[in-house]
Amino acid sequence: MKTRSPILVTLTMIVLIFMISPMLISITAAFLQQYSRGLSGGLTLDWVAHVFGQYGSTVTASILIATSCVIGNALIGVPCAYALARARGRWARSFEEMLTLPVAVPGLATGLALILTYGEWRDFRQSYAFILVGHMVFTLPFMVRTVSAAFQRAEIASIEEAARSLGAGFITRFLTVLVPVVLPSIVAGSLMVFTLSIGEFNLTWLLHTPLTRTLPVGLADSYASMRIEIGSAYTLMFFIVVLPLLWLLNLAATLTQKRYGT
Amino acid sequence: MTGSVTQRVLTACLTPVAIFFFAFWLLPVTQLIALPAAKGWETYFAILTDARYATSLMNTLLLSLVVTAATLVLGLAVGLYLAKPTVMGRRFLLSLLTLPLSFPGVVVGFFIILLGGRQGAVADLFEGLGLGRVTFAYGLTGLFLAYLYFSLPRVIASYTAAAQSMDRSIEEAARSLGANRFQVLWDAWLPQLLPTTAACAAIVFATSMGAFGTAFTLASKFEVLPITIYNEFTNYANFPLAASLSLSLGLLTWLSLFLMGRWTGGRVAL
Repeated sequence: MKTRSPILVTLTMIVLIFMISPMLISITAAFLQQYSRGLSGGLTLDWVAHVFGQYGSTVTASILIATSCVIGNALIGVPCAYALARARGRWARSFEEMLTLPVAVPGLATGLALILTYGEWRDFRQSYAFILVGHMVFTLPFMVRTVSAAFQRAEIASIEEAARSLGAGFITRFLTVLVPVVLPSIVAGSLMVFTLSIGEFNLTWLLHTPLTRTLPVGLADSYASMRIEIGSAYTLMFFIVVLPLLWLLNLAATLTQKRYGT
Repeated sequence: MTGSVTQRVLTACLTPVAIFFFAFWLLPVTQLIALPAAKGWETYFAILTDARYATSLMNTLLLSLVVTAATLVLGLAVGLYLAKPTVMGRRFLLSLLTLPLSFPGVVVGFFIILLGGRQGAVADLFEGLGLGRVTFAYGLTGLFLAYLYFSLPRVIASYTAAAQSMDRSIEEAARSLGANRFQVLWDAWLPQLLPTTAACAAIVFATSMGAFGTAFTLASKFEVLPITIYNEFTNYANFPLAASLSLSLGLLTWLSLFLMGRWTGGRVAL
């Protein structure tokens, strides 16, 4: 096609500048001695070192919560996805719809509701588990829907039937036949769950305590009360820790898809 | 064939999620729904009856609608451009533009401060041009740009994928019949992209309605509903009111997603 489209090119360039420039400013600002003086003020690694020492724990916490969220949702979500794929009835549809409500309803509402019910349970309220259940409720539908769609494929029902006719009991069938077949979808769902959990703020801001802080919570805090250099260095942590992690997971998902996908 | 799986097994598979969902969503939300009643039935309608909250709701609605429209137009343009097989480095451009997909709203808010805040790049630029230090981060413009930044990557990704799988023969036919650029867009492209448009519109609108992190970071002078709710909760400790407002917001957001799903005949992809 040799059609030229000056409007599309122009809009794309504007969007590109708008999206990229703040990232570049933020990355640069993390290394500036003094933001207001720009590059002429000299470069330093002090801010980055300071942030790693001071807030490194929030990054660890976020990664641990996101990982637990993936494991927890896989454990309860995959059997649920199977049941929803096999049970064809109105109530199964309604149940699936209901599971997506925490996504449709703003995180703020879910956060308030959780505090209302469990705010008095001190030990629970003040632990990371409180944030974890919030993240799990919010990300569960992504796991269930992705995996349920895979279980619905016709060839999977026949594979299952073959395993059954060979005398395999349900648990054997499920673990050795069904789960491996839908593994690419479980990995894809896990990637979604991980990504959403690690960046979640709306819920987490309400659920966190001074002792249970995640990366986005710490970021919000630093933006509100710290100098721009520190905010930028903190954001840099997101770039150099979280983004490569997400890329790796993405790569793993693509590889599983290639190896096991049909 | 599938009848071979017993009801007992299915029930056992469902139980963990059912218990979890009941304990950590249904039960809490039921209590949230019951809470405003403690302050009298009229509390449920606070969002309509109290001028301050009604304004906040209107602000949020209008902002979300404008953001949705702007995101769709820009996302469509970029998607159509990136879907052209002739564009150099389009995969690289696409990966750059979808990089912010995983950024939390707070980071996006910070980005807008870096662009349009008191020490922002635009302020420096305008000062250099002798136009004074222009700031836009802390008002409506800043909020609009932040929501736009947050939504664009998703929409660009969807439109690019959809435009790549478009049937190009319709476009060729339209062109050979002498259709101009806008006729091609209107008659050949848009009808094929309608499902994507509907799904994107629903998602962008819903996320904009509930966006809290971005507005929180910008500490905007333009008050949106999530901020109003948060203020009622933390600053005034007015739980029944915060509950009532968040129920209204939740209902509105859910309803818009639901109606969009019905209208497009399928479920809106989360």
